[in-house]
Amino acid sequence: MGVKKTYAEINEKIKSGKVVVVTAEEIIGMVEEKGVEAVAREVDVVTTGTFGPMCSSGAFFNFGHPKPRIKMHRVWMNGVPAYTGIAAVDAYLGATELPDYDPLNSDYPGEFRYGGGHVIEDLLAGKSIKFEATGYGTDCYPRKKIETYITLDEINEAFLFNPRNAYQNYNIAVNASNKTIYTYMGTLKPNIGNAHYCSAGQLSPLLNDPYYRTIGIGTRIFLGGGVGYVGWNGTQHSPCGPRGENGVPLGGSGTLSVVGDLKQMSPQWLRGASFLGYGATLTVGIGIPIPVLDEESVRLAAVKDSEIFAPVVDYSDDYPNGTGKTLGSLSYAQLKSGVVEINGKEVSTAPLSSYVKAREIAGILKQWIVKGEFLLSEPAQTLPSADSEITFKGLQEKSAP
Amino acid sequence: MPSRKIVLRFPSQIVDKPLIYHLVKDYELMVNVLKANVNPFKEGFMVVELSGENDKYEQGLSFLREQGVRIDHLSENIVRNIERCTHCGACTDICPSGALFISRPSMEVIFDDEKCVVCGVCLKTCPVKAIEVNFNGKQ
Repeated sequence: MGVKKTYAEINEKIKSGKVVVVTAEEIIGMVEEKGVEAVAREVDVVTTGTFGPMCSSGAFFNFGHPKPRIKMHRVWMNGVPAYTGIAAVDAYLGATELPDYDPLNSDYPGEFRYGGGHVIEDLLAGKSIKFEATGYGTDCYPRKKIETYITLDEINEAFLFNPRNAYQNYNIAVNASNKTIYTYMGTLKPNIGNAHYCSAGQLSPLLNDPYYRTIGIGTRIFLGGGVGYVGWNGTQHSPCGPRGENGVPLGGSGTLSVVGDLKQMSPQWLRGASFLGYGATLTVGIGIPIPVLDEESVRLAAVKDSEIFAPVVDYSDDYPNGTGKTLGSLSYAQLKSGVVEINGKEVSTAPLSSYVKAREIAGILKQWIVKGEFLLSEPAQTLPSADSEITFKGLQEKSAP
Repeated sequence: MPSRKIVLRFPSQIVDKPLIYHLVKDYELMVNVLKANVNPFKEGFMVVELSGENDKYEQGLSFLREQGVRIDHLSENIVRNIERCTHCGACTDICPSGALFISRPSMEVIFDDEKCVVCGVCLKTCPVKAIEVNFNGKQ
């Protein structure tokens, strides 16, 4: 008879201290040793983790009203503009936003040393942030300008709301041109001089739940060192692309939109980042628990780097021009070895996503669950999966209809 | 033949003297300039890799000291801030000397300052600015 467990049964075990939790790395060896069924009986939860630059991130803030009140039309936090097209003293600070004075790529390659992600990190570090706002003045909100300093503790709400995080899989970036290029995948050396990848592979949340059986809307997660939730599928969620026999997507695929209280989070797990010649962003730490509901849960979570493949893409031509062409595919086991073969040439690899930190996050989440501090939540709704018929659209240029 | 990386600091009075010429001609030292900032009438510094016979090497350094050059050994001057480093690995295939590399299977990023040639490429490449340059106490 097959193994069947419910969320409620697993949560009872968490509360009574009897739960067995392993990381998505630890389960691989266990399954090789004991087999899927035995592990499904023994283990209740598998924890995953990822820590990498995730550009579609940012935070909503409510700053409170000064006296007299102001309808904030423009807002700057340490010189970085925040979006104010919402209520009077609310704003959204995007991770990739840059100060007005940044030379950008006019001094190529630009350094982008400080952006929205760095403001978020500074707030989490308890630093005082220079806050500036202007308004156009209304009868109810007469004030036109304010300049002050704020800390995270002093403002009403601050919550991280990231429209697209935790990409299920990602491209391997190379540069086939004859000059160095600077991309969001890092500095790529000419003539396929290196290959950059960005995934935690066998530890990455959605690679361990490839069909989104348990990771869905309302799933409680580790987010930036605090507790957060999956709010929706992420933007560009594209679950219908090609998959391997094991169900694992062979390219980008699924994404998550996540939300959580910034005040609970830590600068250790949300870090401002700068990509030479590209821009600023935020490195986000995410950990997601996968309940072992049956043997299939174990089979999927036991996926290992040698069984996960990503496409090699030329970021000097095929990527910017959207040709869709790839230069083959490689497994994460090959990528992690440090050297791969592309077009018959030995190429050194480097990750942009920290496997060390991904492992640490999966370990922290495991401890939270073992200690009974973190219960699993059943999704209120599952995410669109491989049968959803979602198509991935490009933007068409048209004349006025 | 020993090869050592050192930082030379020139007081403003002597920046116009052809000191490197003397190192090569009088002491038969091979000089590989890794980084330099020498301007007229200002204190200058130079990071060099020096190699040559042991005796000549010591004599060459003595000559520099007599001329008023301050000499410091270079190692430990490019610093990896371990608190900031996330072990992402983005620096490891950009580093030309193999001083920054990934230890497998742990996937931790290691910095071996003995191999560092202070080229500075990692400073701009590191996404979280965990690499700091510190030329013997002065940024």
